Amino acid sequence: MLPVTEIRKEILDMGYRSKASHLGSALSLVEILYTLYFKVANYSKDNYQEPTRDKIVLSKGHGSAALYAVLHKKGIISDEAINHYSVNGGILPCHIDMTAAPGFEASAGALGHGIGIAVGLAMAKKMDDLPGHVYTIIGDGEAQEGSVWEAAELASTRHLDNFTVIVDFNEIQASGFSNKIIDQRNLSERFKSFGFTVYDVDGHNIEELEKVLKIPSDKPKAIVAHTIKGKGVKFMEGTVHSHYVRLNDELYAQALAELEDK
Amino acid sequence: MRMVFAQTLTELARTDKDICLVTPDMGYSILDCFEKEFPDRFFNVGIAEQNAVSVAAGLALSGKKPYVYSIIPFVTMRCFEQIRVDVAYMNTNVKLVGVGAGFEYGAAGYTHQGVEDFSVMRCLPNMIVCGAGDNREMEEIVKQSTQIKTPMYMRIGRHNKGIFNHTDNIIVGKASVLEEGEDIALIGVSNMMPDVMDYAKKLKAQGRKPYIISMHTVKPIDKDLILSLVDKGVEINTFEEHTIIGGLGSAVAEVIAESGKAVKFKRYGVPDKFSHYVGNQYYIKEKFGLNFDK
Repeated sequence: MLPVTEIRKEILDMGYRSKASHLGSALSLVEILYTLYFKVANYSKDNYQEPTRDKIVLSKGHGSAALYAVLHKKGIISDEAINHYSVNGGILPCHIDMTAAPGFEASAGALGHGIGIAVGLAMAKKMDDLPGHVYTIIGDGEAQEGSVWEAAELASTRHLDNFTVIVDFNEIQASGFSNKIIDQRNLSERFKSFGFTVYDVDGHNIEELEKVLKIPSDKPKAIVAHTIKGKGVKFMEGTVHSHYVRLNDELYAQALAELEDK
Repeated sequence: MRMVFAQTLTELARTDKDICLVTPDMGYSILDCFEKEFPDRFFNVGIAEQNAVSVAAGLALSGKKPYVYSIIPFVTMRCFEQIRVDVAYMNTNVKLVGVGAGFEYGAAGYTHQGVEDFSVMRCLPNMIVCGAGDNREMEEIVKQSTQIKTPMYMRIGRHNKGIFNHTDNIIVGKASVLEEGEDIALIGVSNMMPDVMDYAKKLKAQGRKPYIISMHTVKPIDKDLILSLVDKGVEINTFEEHTIIGGLGSAVAEVIAESGKAVKFKRYGVPDKFSHYVGNQYYIKEKFGLNFDK
């Protein structure tokens, strides 16, 4: 099984045990987080408490299951924590509580916060002349929050070349198709006009993600990662329903079977 | 009081290199001393209060001590959810500094008045809430804030009535008893301390012996002091240029109500209605019966 498939299986296991929602939001994120944590960022079990390392803020906190699974694979989050996701007496909540387990830069769940926190982290690195890059991942729905653009305008004004925002552009949000609710087909142009170096990539292509993440830029960088909500599980892919679907025995079995077909 | 804040913070920043100042474009001329001396630690992040608070949280997570400075409504309510999550919930070492207590910006209209800040800040876990009654309290609160690692809100007021708190025990979290009394306690905060002094004079002329207390920390409230007054059966009055809902008066009332004992109690403050009055601080306070100098 490919590493990203193992991560997806863990997300489904967590979803099945807890009956928690936001599975589609987590599944679209897998390659983005996997590439960051395993291919790009200077971030490991040994250095995650060091100030000089790279920092990664998952601003779209509802995709937490993907982050938990990746940090578990990284050896930072324990088996016990994963097995106690979103259950009574549990350890890991649906939205990130930074006190719940090691490895998180910030708590998250309210949209449009993490990107500003990430800008603050990048500014602090500049103040102390510290190495390391700060990455944040937002959703395309989240990009509708005004505070995202408050953070973006500050990042470019302050020439934060140590800052990258990745948009998980799965084109679906809680109540429907994003571009019908707020037309964001020009999201790349928006970031360009805010002073970012922008790349549009296939958000499920690890090689492509790795390549653009590693290209140096003298400006803040925005990577618009085009993804599929619910990626990896056919009955969820590209559906609004995948935001809230809860896995019963039958759906769980079907989801696993579809995963294993890949 | 704003200048005392800015000058004290500037002085502290000379030896504490983690102190930094974040403002969503407020503090014109007031913050110049800090900006001039520490341009690399002064961040005007633009008129973007939500981001100012999130950025401050990011700085604090990196070991910095950011102070976010703006007019009260903008630094407490415009960005309330960022304060709730990025500061209080994450317990980041962010200090929020609000200027324009009560009707200080009275003539500017309701949008700029600060009459609900204690209520909204007080309901957040981890948040310390202060309101200096004079420049000496302001200076002490700022000094102590650099040693406090939890979130904190500091309300800055303005009056030209001088110093009232000459005690040597200005400690965040503890009330300052400015004068001992016997039969009534006047507990004030922030802008209302001059009014408390005026009211005390009147009571003394009537033969009463009031305690005069500055409750410069509204949260955590000094329960021990309030309970000691209740034990003595002392009548308690509270004074705040702030809504009577959720601020100092409410905090004191909560302690009295749970003490299991009863004392006479009254809150002086802004009633549960908006001010549509046009005028300066004194004029609007007069409309709400909050001047005690006549």
